[in-house]
Amino acid sequence: MGNKISNAAASEADLKTVNGIALGDAAALETLYRDYFPMVLNMVIQNSGTEDEAKDVFQEGVIVLYDRIKQGDFELSSRLKTYIYSVCRRLWLKQLGGQGRMFYDVEHYAETIPVEDDLARHKERDDQMMLMEQALEELGEPCRTIIQDFYMRNLSMQEICEKFGYTNADNAKTQKYKCLQRLKKLFFTVRLT
Amino acid sequence: MNEQEFITQADRYLGGEMDVAEREVFERYCRENPAAAEQLEQHRLFLQQLRDHAQRAAFKKAVASVAVSYRHSAAGSNENARKPLIVTLWNKYKINSLVAASVAIIAVFSTLWLSGYYKTIQTTTSNYSALRRDMNNVKKNVNAQNAVIRNINEQKGDPAGHFGATGFIISSNGYVVTNYHVVKDADSVHLENTKGESFRAEIIYTDPANDLAMLYISDSTFKAPKSTPYTFKATASELGEDVFTIGFPRDDVVYGQGYLSSQTGYGGDTTAYQISIPVNPGNSGGPVLDSKGNVIGIISGKQTGIDGASFAIKSEAMLKSISAISMDSLENKLTINKKNALSGLKRTEQVKKLQDYVYMVKVF
Repeated sequence: MGNKISNAAASEADLKTVNGIALGDAAALETLYRDYFPMVLNMVIQNSGTEDEAKDVFQEGVIVLYDRIKQGDFELSSRLKTYIYSVCRRLWLKQLGGQGRMFYDVEHYAETIPVEDDLARHKERDDQMMLMEQALEELGEPCRTIIQDFYMRNLSMQEICEKFGYTNADNAKTQKYKCLQRLKKLFFTVRLT
Repeated sequence: MNEQEFITQADRYLGGEMDVAEREVFERYCRENPAAAEQLEQHRLFLQQLRDHAQRAAFKKAVASVAVSYRHSAAGSNENARKPLIVTLWNKYKINSLVAASVAIIAVFSTLWLSGYYKTIQTTTSNYSALRRDMNNVKKNVNAQNAVIRNINEQKGDPAGHFGATGFIISSNGYVVTNYHVVKDADSVHLENTKGESFRAEIIYTDPANDLAMLYISDSTFKAPKSTPYTFKATASELGEDVFTIGFPRDDVVYGQGYLSSQTGYGGDTTAYQISIPVNPGNSGGPVLDSKGNVIGIISGKQTGIDGASFAIKSEAMLKSISAISMDSLENKLTINKKNALSGLKRTEQVKKLQDYVYMVKVF
């Protein structure tokens, strides 16, 4: 995706992790968990949360980071640890606020940075993804698989034709076109409602 | 070009499957048809979104699987996560708690030292060892006594020692009463008064049942004193009555004071009282008087293991016993005084007068 990550504050290791996340690299995710999850777990537990809630918050925090990286103009203006902590703290505060629970900010000494913009962007992205999810759900089989095979897995029309047992590639092409049109229609109409 | 064909072309164009010539044709077509260009752009964005969605879903899946594997690899993460709080607290208050503990320890031991606790412990310990020495002494004494007893058994009839007890005059012409257990098995009996004069006496009557014995001073040096200042009370005395005695638990006369604590003696004996006067061996045969100077009884013994439980034979029993003596056998007439000269006197005066009529009984 050609992420432009450039900042003196970001360390070599942090940049490596960020690039790994952009690629969906499992090793980078594991590093992320090992290095930062205990911190978030501690923060959540000390603020009337449970371990499971901490896991959810951390997971969402990682997605926020992912969305931000995918945006393409991500600049790590602080240490990755601070970024993760700020995002997770914000997420947890939001969740607590929604449930009317108390947040005893015992770790106010921990450094935080403003992440509201990133969270807003994440929210918007989440909504879009939800729409696509819904549209794909409504599209149903075999259309969904045909679309996924063609556009994501980059299978040729010939392979799809054989896979789904169409008599010739032209039939498959027509089917794929109809599916795509339907998906577009679903996607854009759902958006309107 | 219908829409389906256009989408196919667009897919190929976006997928980079067209060669240079085809690209030029397609691009020109788009430039010439703004509607087609818009459609291409829309199609491109839509596919972008579709791919993003797929990638994001895949990423989410990856995160979830990493989360699961992380939980497995760090099963103790929960504890590890909680520990920092405790560790932080400990690090924070380590110095404080150590100082507090030190102060507490110093305070405790210095207070103990200042209050003389250790001295007390030392004293207690030394008392304890002294007590043990006493026990050893007792043991030694017992062994010595056993040796003496064996000796006695081997050499019968040898007068090895003597007892001391108390007796008092009941008739001024030389009749003295004491306990039977005092004079039992006696070879000879001597009476010593508080002035140190000693007289020889003979046993003229014994009453083992009541533990009473009558002595008569047969010594020629004996001068009969005036009639006794006390009288004998034949009726029962009341509980709580103030009583006193004098006797010879050692070589000097000893005064003891107490109260009448029971109408019956040891084992419910109706011929005796229980009195609360500390008595010791040697007090036996001493008179028990009430505050008016009436003799109400004669000390006879005490119950071991119970404090302040002494017993005195009632005067009534004594008088009855005396009346059994055949008067004809007596050298002098036994007369019991009916006039009390102690009543109304102060206790010290009573005791002073009484002393002349109380003897130490020495039995050989």
